Amino acid sequence: MSEKQSIWVFIEHTDGVIADVSLELTGKARELGDQLGFEVVGLLCGHEVDALAQEVIAHGADRVLLADHEELALYRTLPYARVAIEEARKRKPEIFLIGGTPNGRDFAPRVASALRCGLTADCTDLQIGDYYVKKEDKTYKDLLFQIRPAFGGNLIATIVNPHTRPQMATVREGVMRKPAADAARVGVVEKIAPVFDPGDLVLQVLSRQVRKSTIKLKDAPVIVAGGAGIETADEFALLRELANLLGGEVGASRAAVDAGLIDRAHQVGQTGTTVRPRLYIAAGISGAIQHRAGMDQSSKIIAINTDPNAPMFQIAHYRIVGDVGEVLPLIIKTLRERSMDQREAE
Amino acid sequence: MTDQRPIHSAVLVKQVPDTHNITGEVMTKDGTMNRGALPAIFNPEDLNALEMALDIRERTGGTVTVITMGPPKAANILRDCLFRGADRVILLTDRRFAGADTLATSYVLQCAVQKAGPFDLVLCGRQAIDGDTAQVGPQTAEKLGIPQITYAETIIEITSTHVTAERALDSGSEIVRCTMPVLLTVVGSANTPRPASVRRQMERKLAAVPSEYTAIRAQWPEFESDEALDAYLTKRDLKIPVWTAEDIGATEGSIGLAGSPTQVHKVNFVVLESTESKTIAPTAEAIKAMIAELVHEYIVG
Ligand SMILES: Cc1cc2nc3c(=O)[nH]c(=O)nc-3n(C[C@H](O)[C@H](O)[C@H](O)COP(=O)(O)OP(=O)(O)OC[C@H]3O[C@@H](n4cnc5c(N)ncnc54)[C@H](O)[C@@H]3O)c2cc1C
Repeated sequence: MSEKQSIWVFIEHTDGVIADVSLELTGKARELGDQLGFEVVGLLCGHEVDALAQEVIAHGADRVLLADHEELALYRTLPYARVAIEEARKRKPEIFLIGGTPNGRDFAPRVASALRCGLTADCTDLQIGDYYVKKEDKTYKDLLFQIRPAFGGNLIATIVNPHTRPQMATVREGVMRKPAADAARVGVVEKIAPVFDPGDLVLQVLSRQVRKSTIKLKDAPVIVAGGAGIETADEFALLRELANLLGGEVGASRAAVDAGLIDRAHQVGQTGTTVRPRLYIAAGISGAIQHRAGMDQSSKIIAINTDPNAPMFQIAHYRIVGDVGEVLPLIIKTLRERSMDQREAE
Repeated sequence: MTDQRPIHSAVLVKQVPDTHNITGEVMTKDGTMNRGALPAIFNPEDLNALEMALDIRERTGGTVTVITMGPPKAANILRDCLFRGADRVILLTDRRFAGADTLATSYVLQCAVQKAGPFDLVLCGRQAIDGDTAQVGPQTAEKLGIPQITYAETIIEITSTHVTAERALDSGSEIVRCTMPVLLTVVGSANTPRPASVRRQMERKLAAVPSEYTAIRAQWPEFESDEALDAYLTKRDLKIPVWTAEDIGATEGSIGLAGSPTQVHKVNFVVLESTESKTIAPTAEAIKAMIAELVHEYIVG
């Protein structure tokens, strides 16, 4: 058992591939670990996944807790949670970070409830800081500051868990940057032998259908995103057309997703994906803080909105006050003409 | 058909501010929100959970009990549940519940489900739109000591002992089979919630919690006193039960702010730093110039 205080990262994987978000968080944990002098530990559950351990180490972990068991071959809540809960009770990590994926969001609350500790969803930043509690006249040193937009406007809240451990947080894909792998990094792979109750195995996965996601929002150089200002499927098709012309992807606000205009996988923002494209075109998106959190680091932002006071205009480099139904076709036409001119010139 | 026993379900629901309706009017000058100006609505995916429970009841017989924790005005969504066909509704309200994070909330829900049960199924929406955390369902399942099926989209089969369900995941779908009791969190794509029935609306429109009696009597002066109204509602099973911390046997230290491990350290106002920006007229020439500039900067290829 390690005596050093530790930061844990839940390592998620499918078909032998580690989820990007787990490696992004391993990198963040490394940063926090260096700041605090803590060990960074990857919790890796699965079956015949030894090969993945070194990759976790290469991205910044000092140790990988490897739970290998047939019952862990596919992600299931109870067996995975059992391993995490038992090990966390024994080893008492200070911090536990989990990717905000469907499985991560299934796993983290189950574990937090069993450990009776705090859990903050969808953090957009993690920092270390001190927290003074007036009632106790006490300062808690080196807490995990779990930072996320607060409900209620242009507000950012810092959440802390002074009294319970581990301090747990989920973070969506793309928020943290994935560090470069260092194959020479050395770490310890510690095997653990999980023991399950019959009660842990009451759920069977009868079949699983994996739909290969064709969209890679995070890596797209250009994103053309639409919001509630887009009212019809026809207008939404313009976004797709423009994205294709620019070699990019289509993004969306939560409002557009909720309206059924596009699949949830395209949602940009605090509870979607965080992106940093070269160019982000926000069409009919007001610019709520939860949306901005996922795109405000884009190199160039074009905002198209009928409302000159839309907050999106304040962070945009190009402000187009106008109707998407008119502006998008103009942009498309301009690009088409340009490529025709180019072809003629050749 | 095999002999299907009746299935008893609890549905956990929440009244939320309508975050779809954050318009200019509800924003104050400093960019914060005037919460009072936001309409309170039935959390959308909780309606899908209710619909799933009602649909199961139609297939198997049994009952649907709806539970919510919230202020007295959350009785509004409970009435809505009665109009849509729930058999029984319960309001958990207590000043000491206030300030609860998801952990403290799930503890209160656990106590209430245990008191109101036993149930074969506990259903709730995948997440509430005011937080999008999706934590309360799994935390309640853990506290109840039962398994969970998150992101449930379709109930494929339900027997006396097991439920088989399809889960909708970002990356595809999964069919799982699990023993009951089990907790399910339901996604919005699961179904189309049935509307309130006009007949039930007529029959149950007076359903109320005691704190609403004054308002009801103002509208229906034939009830001479709160007692008279109370007796009338009780007789017709229209009095919505209100349970406090004592009623559900919840421990003081585990509820509300005191029972919440997460604390808000600070809330900062975000000042938008205006970037250097250009206003582009929505005309062909202006847009052409903008594109030319972006090409020049290698932003557009
Ligand atoms: C916990 C939580 C998490 C959230 N997570 C996310 C998230 O990850 N991503 C996200 O996007 N949101 C998220 N939201 C929602 C967010 O607060 C906003 O409600 C949402 O971003 C608004 O989307 P919108 O800008 O498309 O819609 P609106 O705010 O309704 O804006 C529509 C805009 O379109 C403009 N418009 C209308 N018609 C036209 C037209 N014809 N031409 C041009 N412009 C037009 C309007 O002027 C307006 O500015 C979250 C909210 C909560 C509470």
